[in-house]
Amino acid sequence: MTTPPLLTLSGLTKAYPGVVANDDVSLTITPGEVHALLGENGAGKSTLVKMIYGLVKPDSGTMQMHGAAFHPNEPRAARAAGVGMVFQHFSLFDALSVAENIALGMEDAPKLGTLSKQIRDVSEAYGLPLSPDRIVGDLSAGERQRVEIIRCLLQDPKLLVMDEPTSVLTPQEVEILFKTLRKLSAEGTAILYISHKLEEIRSLCDSATILRLGKVVGHCTPSETSARDMAEMMVGSMLKTPLRTGKTQGDVLLDLQGLNAKSPSAFGMPLRDISVQVRAGEVLGIGGVAGNGQDELLAALSGENLSDPGMILFKGSDIGQLGPIARRSLGVLAAPEERLGHAAAPDMTLTENAMLTGAVREKLERRGMLNWPAATRFAERIIRKFDVRTPGPGNAARSLSGGNLQKFVIGREVMQRPEVLVVNQPTWGVDASAAASIRQALLDLADNGAAVIVISQDLDELMEISDRFAALNEGRLSEPRPAQGLSVDEIGLMMGGAHGMEVAHV
Amino acid sequence: MIRLEKRPQASQTFSWAAPVLAVLATMVFGGLLFAALGKDPLASIETIFWQPLFGDFAFYYRPQLLIKGAPLVLIAIGLSLGFKAGIWNIGAEGQYIMGAIFGAATGLAFYPTESFLIFPLMILAGALGGWIWAMIPALLKVKFGTNEILVSLMLVYVAEQFLASMALGLLKNPEGFGFPGSRNLQQYGSAHNAELITGSGMHWGVVAALIAVIFAYMLLARHRLGFAIRVTGEAPRAAKFSGVNPTRLVLFCMGMSGLLAGLAGMFEVAGPSGQITIDFNVGYGFTAIIVAFLGRLHPIGILLAGGLMALTYIGGDIAQSQLGLPAAAIQVFQGMLLFFLLAFDLFTNYRLRLGRAEAA
Repeated sequence: MTTPPLLTLSGLTKAYPGVVANDDVSLTITPGEVHALLGENGAGKSTLVKMIYGLVKPDSGTMQMHGAAFHPNEPRAARAAGVGMVFQHFSLFDALSVAENIALGMEDAPKLGTLSKQIRDVSEAYGLPLSPDRIVGDLSAGERQRVEIIRCLLQDPKLLVMDEPTSVLTPQEVEILFKTLRKLSAEGTAILYISHKLEEIRSLCDSATILRLGKVVGHCTPSETSARDMAEMMVGSMLKTPLRTGKTQGDVLLDLQGLNAKSPSAFGMPLRDISVQVRAGEVLGIGGVAGNGQDELLAALSGENLSDPGMILFKGSDIGQLGPIARRSLGVLAAPEERLGHAAAPDMTLTENAMLTGAVREKLERRGMLNWPAATRFAERIIRKFDVRTPGPGNAARSLSGGNLQKFVIGREVMQRPEVLVVNQPTWGVDASAAASIRQALLDLADNGAAVIVISQDLDELMEISDRFAALNEGRLSEPRPAQGLSVDEIGLMMGGAHGMEVAHV
Repeated sequence: MIRLEKRPQASQTFSWAAPVLAVLATMVFGGLLFAALGKDPLASIETIFWQPLFGDFAFYYRPQLLIKGAPLVLIAIGLSLGFKAGIWNIGAEGQYIMGAIFGAATGLAFYPTESFLIFPLMILAGALGGWIWAMIPALLKVKFGTNEILVSLMLVYVAEQFLASMALGLLKNPEGFGFPGSRNLQQYGSAHNAELITGSGMHWGVVAALIAVIFAYMLLARHRLGFAIRVTGEAPRAAKFSGVNPTRLVLFCMGMSGLLAGLAGMFEVAGPSGQITIDFNVGYGFTAIIVAFLGRLHPIGILLAGGLMALTYIGGDIAQSQLGLPAAAIQVFQGMLLFFLLAFDLFTNYRLRLGRAEAA
């Protein structure tokens, strides 16, 4: 490569009390290059990109942009130099529209009408369907991400940093995104792409830098390196693929008979005539594009939203009218997608969050009085069993990283020995080894005779662990089919084909 | 450059230090205000904070502390339960009035019969009055999604009109020579909320306030319902997921705050005030909102805050009469207290950074 580099990092070091987040990290990105940054949670990827984006100041080392020294003091300076960033956690206001949210992030925003037109233009040019007038609170996670991406694209960046952008997208949506990114790359925009989905990186990225415990442990050309080799460089050891031991399926535990549910919010998705049976020992994988009824299905099964009589049967008896506590005591448990604010209360401690769903089955309460020491012990057991990295159960849920909190949330339900467990996006934004351990826990649960429903947008995950696969499309569930031997095309058709793309060409 | 940075965890130290710092800052800036008005700042502060407790006439003022503090604490405890869950009952003043009217009317209905059953009946009636008045915004909220802030606040003014009508009409003292106002319950033994120990200021309302503090503390720390209240305030969706029924929680919190406000009104009308008059209410229901926040919505904090508020009221009265400070200056002083509390409160969740920001 003879092109002069766009961005050069040399010897960047950043230490926090007790931990060196980045230790002598160097890398080079040329214009138009798609550069992957690989590493487990806590490997220092976030700290590194935060230094590039001006959120964190390095202790030592230098950065150069177009050959000139580059020390962004704040994100504004980084943006002015042409760095755009799409964060893994969205910073959007639920009550405002897409256009208003984008205007808030801009230095000198044009009038809303003009901006809406720009948003439409960019979203069509790059095939990211998004209506500027919709209220963000009613958007799915996938759609929210498009808002963040378009927000960056409007600023015409020279370097686009993307933190795990595909974790909420379907194969078709990922293809759209990759087209967008390849188009940007062809136009000369460099992309720094953080992910742990190795196949994606192999198909998209020109080069990769692998971080482990804050240090660069290797560079490679992803298209010429196997996913397994990259994963092992990342983890520093052999990777365990989830495996199942037995394959005995028992009685029908959960029986949905024509489940209909009105949408709780104006822009949500109603559930339409969903019928499916899940047996003991079985994992049913449910795929589908975000916003096609996943949240509503979980709410109907967890008991947050009640259903009409005769629609949801557990071991033959009607539970559609029971609330979450009654369902839990029967053994029907759930873990929603949104970790912060839905599955867990962000400002409450892990002990309190263990109490949140564990009170009944773990006998943490007697006649309404709560047994806090027992809740602490329960939280400690989850932390130990699921390897949750935190100083202790007295820490607030929001102080944990996404992957660790996810391990805690899934662990909390798995530890309660459910008979039916419904999880939505169990490994969203979780690194490879943590995701593997969560999947293994779900498989072990099924092997021990539970019926497990995994709702996910990660098809690789669903193919890896499901016995049968079905897809949600506009609130309807397709006929479940054995997961083994399903082709990507067949899956795509079950999901309603190129669902997300239709809007873009209208 | 100075900037604020969110703490990874709320600071325990600061959540307790903030009220103390707020009181100190109020003393400093209040002192400056009094100095600007031409009064000796130290003497003014001393009059407000020291005289009622340890001054020459403290034997008179100390009971007043209990009398003024008890309704504030009783109402604030009820309000804090709702506030913690994000349910905003702003109409405690109205519920206080209705509790007083229900309580007094029940007592007067038996006049002049003497029975030990009358006072307990009045307590029940007072609680019922406040509860009913709070159930109006609660039911409208859960049935039609109305805003409980507006409805409960507007019902205060309805209650005030109702009070005037009662004082001039149904409950007017037939032997009162046409003056507005009911019979004086202090002169009706069975209905009188008398001091339990003469000269102490200790009446049944004080006992009720202490019981409410203990009850609220147990509820929030140890009971499922208290936990449901806290989770709902922190993360409503997580609360619903865990199995909290939001409708029932609204009804409980509104009902409980109305009930306690009604009790406060009943104890006041049967004791320190003695009768239903047009200007019976003096704003306890509104001041209790300040007390609830000053006490960090924590039962023990509310107990201390109620005492402090009562102190500034009584000390303020003394400062007015002895030093000639204008009443408005005292109100500004009390306002400062809440202002500084909210300002220092910020540091519970944020810390000040000098120089450039660094995110972890």
